[in-house]
Amino acid sequence: MACKEMTCITCPRGCRLEVEYDSSIISVKNNECKRGIQYARDEIFDPRRILTTTVKTTLKVGYLPVKTSAAIPKHLAANVILELRAITVSSPVQIGTVIMKNICGTGADIIATREVLE
Amino acid sequence: MKTADVLIIGAGAAGLAAAVTLKENGVDKVLVVDRQEFAGGILFQCIHGGFGLHRFGEELTGPEYAQRYIVQARQQQVETLLSSHVVDILCKDHDKEVIILSQECGLVKVQAKTIILAMGCRERNRGNINIPGSRPAGIFTAGFVQKLVNLEGYMPGREYVIIGSGDIGLIMARRLTLEGAKVKAVLEIQPYPGGLERNIVQCLNDFDIPLYTSHVVTNIYGRRRVESVEVSEIMQDGNLMPKMKIPCDTLLLSVGLIPENELSITAGVSLNPATLGPTVTSDYMTNIPGIFACGNVLHVHDIVDYVSEEAAACAEAVSGFLAGRLPSEEGIPVHSGNRVKYVVPSFLKPLSDGVLKLRPVAPMKNAILKAAGDKGEVLYSRQMRRALPSEMITFSLPRVPLGCKSITVYFEV
Repeated sequence: MACKEMTCITCPRGCRLEVEYDSSIISVKNNECKRGIQYARDEIFDPRRILTTTVKTTLKVGYLPVKTSAAIPKHLAANVILELRAITVSSPVQIGTVIMKNICGTGADIIATREVLE
Repeated sequence: MKTADVLIIGAGAAGLAAAVTLKENGVDKVLVVDRQEFAGGILFQCIHGGFGLHRFGEELTGPEYAQRYIVQARQQQVETLLSSHVVDILCKDHDKEVIILSQECGLVKVQAKTIILAMGCRERNRGNINIPGSRPAGIFTAGFVQKLVNLEGYMPGREYVIIGSGDIGLIMARRLTLEGAKVKAVLEIQPYPGGLERNIVQCLNDFDIPLYTSHVVTNIYGRRRVESVEVSEIMQDGNLMPKMKIPCDTLLLSVGLIPENELSITAGVSLNPATLGPTVTSDYMTNIPGIFACGNVLHVHDIVDYVSEEAAACAEAVSGFLAGRLPSEEGIPVHSGNRVKYVVPSFLKPLSDGVLKLRPVAPMKNAILKAAGDKGEVLYSRQMRRALPSEMITFSLPRVPLGCKSITVYFEV
């Protein structure tokens, strides 16, 4: 059985969790909400992050801010960035417009977070 | 001459929220002026998440948060003058004359019944904190680099040292690393980090970027461009001990925000030295009748949701002022007592909601926050497990007793 201390990053509260685990989670302490338990599980066995970055465009706004529609495996962050380097957005987008589906096979899409109409 | 019931200087988070509330209250001529080409202020360069949890119950990125207000402003037909600088404010009798230089319209004069100051902040820079050493290129403030990277697509350097562990510096540590730069270290003068724990995890730990608390840059080397920095530790006795030299080509300064009040001073508005923002009453009104202030220009906020809330409250007061409903009595002065860095507002008027906002001077554990009247009678008391300068504290005073001449907010440790 192993013990780990970690700060939950789900919301700005940053609860300092105490986690006991072996091949699965045994206990989570100090979480102020349910989401901390899921976070502890993910962080130990499958750490994930929501990625935010920008994508080049030919529109009036030269760089479109985007984010992953769901948290993706931490170790794939660099791959996602590289894949997005290669594309350019050239048609108008709304917030939520899918720029790229299933980025790097994560199941998450890359979606626009800014409206750029021209 | 153009006229306005309310002229709002700044179309950022505060300005937009104020404009929307004013329109919802039926105020007729609301004009918002901003120097940028687009409304939204700093929000569009903050492409990261963490916004809107309080206000909308969702975690949004900066641009998404801005869009919520831009859409409302559009629906309410708020008039905006973009790419325009306010250069002077002249107070004449009851109205104010505002002089604006507009890219589209040239010189514009507006006669405004009221003004809301919502200009936000500037970043503290190297000159403000006097870092010794040569003056090479490659020394930037973090927010400026955020603008360069996220809006303009520039990468201003390859190897960074970040001075200051506030959230802006931490966010940029992550952003720059994702874009291929090497962030060598984050240095923090205090013995504790300045930003949220969650940002230490997702911006530094995730990328193995070391954070050195109680460390400062004591020399900058490089003739044309930054080549390295000398880093020293602040010892227990307060002396500086040189610890290491870090080769780098760019320095990012994330060492604080300063409310931008040059215009306020021009208009004759008095500033509070503890906040560097205007001194205001609980109606958010400055010493000049009809000139109000809200958002970061008044005092630096941690969370944009609270800026929007403050701006809406300010707009309610402005609506009341225009309708002749604001109580004209002077308020009771509010003083900063033991371990309190500042309290806003500086005057509590009768019939106000009694909301007070403050920050402690230093981190504290198990302190009691209190507010007392001039006879020492305790009007409010709250046990706080921990209090941090980086987390603004808000509370409401219950009815203030008749005859109370002043209020002092303080901590008991």
